[in-house]
Amino acid sequence: MTKAEKQAEEIREISGSDPWKCMKCGKCSASCPSYDEMDIKPHQFVSYILQDNVEALAQSRSLWKCLSCFACVERCPRDVQPGRLVDAARQLVVRQRGQDYLKADEIPELLDPELPQQLLVSAFRRYRR
Amino acid sequence: MSIANESFRPKIVAFCCNWCSYAGADLAGSSRLSYPADVKIIRVPCSCRVNPMFILRAFERGADGVILCGCHPGDCHYTTGNYYTRRRMTLLFSMLDFLGVENGRTRVEWVSAAEGVKFSATMNEFVETIRALGPNVRLGDLRCRS
Amino acid sequence: MQRIGVFVCHCGSNIAATVDVKKVVELVRMEPGVVWAEDYPYMCSEAGQSRIAEAIRTQKLTGVVVCSCSPRMHEATFRKCAERSGLNPYMVEIANIREHCSWIHKNTEEATEKAVILARAAIAKVNLNTPLQAGESRVTKRALVIGGGIAGIQTALDIADAGYEVDIVEKTPSIGGRMSQLDKTFPTLDCSACILTPKMVEASANEKITLYTYSEVEKVSGFVGDFTVDIRKKARSVDMSKCTGCGVCQEKCPSRKTPNEFNRGLNTRSAIYTPFAQAIPNVPVIDREHCIKFQTGKCGVCAKVCQAGAIDYEQKDEIITRKYGAIVVATGFDMIKLDKYGEYAYEQSPDVITSLELERIMNAAGPTKGHLERMSDHRPPKNIVFIQCVGSRCADERGKSYCSKICCMYTAKHAMLIRDKYPDVNVTVFYIDVRTPGKNFDEFYRRAVEEYHVNYIKGQVGKVTPQPDGTLLVHGVDLLDNHQVKIEADMVVLAAAIEPNPDVRKIATMLTASIDTNNFLTEAHPKLRPVESPTAGIFLSGVCQGPKDIPETVSQAGAAAVKVIGLLAKDKLLTNPCTAKADVLACNGCSACANVCPYGAISYEDQEVRAPGVREIRRVAVVNSALCQGCGACTVACPSGAMDLQGFSNRQMIAEVDAICR
Repeated sequence: MTKAEKQAEEIREISGSDPWKCMKCGKCSASCPSYDEMDIKPHQFVSYILQDNVEALAQSRSLWKCLSCFACVERCPRDVQPGRLVDAARQLVVRQRGQDYLKADEIPELLDPELPQQLLVSAFRRYRR
Repeated sequence: MSIANESFRPKIVAFCCNWCSYAGADLAGSSRLSYPADVKIIRVPCSCRVNPMFILRAFERGADGVILCGCHPGDCHYTTGNYYTRRRMTLLFSMLDFLGVENGRTRVEWVSAAEGVKFSATMNEFVETIRALGPNVRLGDLRCRS
Repeated sequence: MQRIGVFVCHCGSNIAATVDVKKVVELVRMEPGVVWAEDYPYMCSEAGQSRIAEAIRTQKLTGVVVCSCSPRMHEATFRKCAERSGLNPYMVEIANIREHCSWIHKNTEEATEKAVILARAAIAKVNLNTPLQAGESRVTKRALVIGGGIAGIQTALDIADAGYEVDIVEKTPSIGGRMSQLDKTFPTLDCSACILTPKMVEASANEKITLYTYSEVEKVSGFVGDFTVDIRKKARSVDMSKCTGCGVCQEKCPSRKTPNEFNRGLNTRSAIYTPFAQAIPNVPVIDREHCIKFQTGKCGVCAKVCQAGAIDYEQKDEIITRKYGAIVVATGFDMIKLDKYGEYAYEQSPDVITSLELERIMNAAGPTKGHLERMSDHRPPKNIVFIQCVGSRCADERGKSYCSKICCMYTAKHAMLIRDKYPDVNVTVFYIDVRTPGKNFDEFYRRAVEEYHVNYIKGQVGKVTPQPDGTLLVHGVDLLDNHQVKIEADMVVLAAAIEPNPDVRKIATMLTASIDTNNFLTEAHPKLRPVESPTAGIFLSGVCQGPKDIPETVSQAGAAAVKVIGLLAKDKLLTNPCTAKADVLACNGCSACANVCPYGAISYEDQEVRAPGVREIRRVAVVNSALCQGCGACTVACPSGAMDLQGFSNRQMIAEVDAICR
């Protein structure tokens, strides 16, 4: 197993979603509010993982433009959950950089009153389990 | 323990009704959905043909697990057969449990003729359960041991 | 002791590739009772069968075990072969070493071992087999068709053509079904009513066909050749023999607020109504739930205006009991409910409609008299967006896993018709794939693009947002250009998935016909017996078996009719001899078996029982082998073990269990 394959496998494992179910309908991209900001569009994200092209995803702007609003997860007719794949790819990158956790007392300093509501909501969604 | 489980090849008897589950098993076959060779299928006209005696006999003769598959409730070819099965097997399984035969060794599953995937998944899962439970020693007739 | 021959089939490489066939032959030779064993590449072939026949004769075999494919496949073949060679056909058993062994296992050693065990079980069973004789049952020369759509009508016409009586039971007040709701049909664009109504008239005029409209099947008993069916003829409240179909009652009826089912609820109808102008029979029905007379007791306008005196408020439901030889299910389909698809705003906006609703809007007899207009403000639309695969090809619980098959084609038809009649309207179709397998289908779709310039965009729509100004903002994506598309549409048409009529589950249960996870009826064999249900005497016609367009439905309807005719042409049917049998010596007449028998096949009579030391008259169970279907419920219920099932006897089953556990 090459490194790329291993990484793609890891993303599938973290996300718990199955990109092979995708039928390339594009409903995720049609639903995405940050579509215009992204260089790799949500539906492409799924095929990149299928092709084990994780390196390109890790370098992409899309990774940090996804709002985790999960519109794509809700609407995907094939239950592929592209939003979770994006989240998992982010997780992978963060882990590689070795910053995958915070200490409780570090949080107040980091809290920014200007933080967009959407981010808080998505953080809740992501970490509730 | 895990090594012992690896080499342990359980004997599993599966009773399948002719109209739904046997056809489901055929579909699993023609779709090439594999499950362990430990499962041997006996065809019965209806799940209600399976006398609790057959299951006891299987355990007596050294079976490690018995699974009984029939049509989904309401879909029985003979209208009501699987309802009898459900009641009879509930009684039998609770008695077997009392005798010390673990509940995991016996099972009733509804598999329709269109559910090849379910059939194969059920068998894989069942064999896995039996492998974890190890050989059945409770009801085996010592005279039958070779 | 039996003399058993074992015949192991290679099935080309299907079995031989994973099972060491020679080794199986070698090992089964050692089994008790086996006097002959051989293998052959194709046992089911003419040459293979003649080998079996020859072995039966030369080796004087009394039992045969064939290790081959599933008994559901070739049991009948090998039993016939045995019969031709003078062996009782029920002395043949099949060990299924293909579907249950070679196809699912990869390891040759394991597969061979399992094949031997399966063969041993079959040999152990044959050792205890006894010759059985099939009985005979009579065939009622009359067929029942459930559902009066195009499938049901065509099946009934074809059966009647062959000279047999047919009854059609239709739930709604008129035959015609979904096809009567359509405006035009693809790929020729002829008018649906123009080609359907002659068939409807033909069905009602044919003296061999009886129509039971506004009726439902209530109870089914019996078996192939001899079904007894109760049909509930719901009270029409109109005397069919007196009504002239003048329609005055419908004009004068003061209750006019009931949603019109035929127009998919797009407008309303009166409480006394015929679903559509060409309805057959052209006799109205009083919808008692919405009739003022039935609800408050005060009204009776229809009775006053009816010159023929046909209105009968006292009419009651009637139960008709009839016997049939065969039953055809043709219950058709409906569109799925779209309440779970909030993103398409179907329930929020009246301008988001389903394709079947558009069909009614385009129809001259529809709610808008055929004018294309928005249902909210009756303005003609300028931009129409079609969305494909709404609920079809879904992996989640909101929709259906299958492709609905007809949507690609009817959407091309709608787009073309709209562009033809209103050239200034922009039509956009969002598609995932355009599937056009069928004669002249792809040409038809290409015409929509090339000739009518319909804008096909590859990509799905994410959301439809109703705007304050009444337009609908469609958020889509163009996957080929890789950009998001936003379209301000006036009308959005959803190609909703089709699903089997919700009543089919109830009907399938009554008929003991099996049904799949999507509520489609299962066929006896997906390729070779596509119009028969696994339950003998039940046949399938139309969409109740799977999504189909009109030509396919009509051809399947014809095929089902041929199968019915083939059955009705027989005077007698051979019955399954694997029936229950009571051992009078052991029976104590307790009635436990009769209580569990679903067919009422067990009765009791006083018989003289003679055995060494016993000579007395006892009350014992007697099985009517014509009624017994051989389920075996009684054998397990019997406390004294007197009841046994021939062909699957207790001893045989135990022998199989022992062989497997050996």
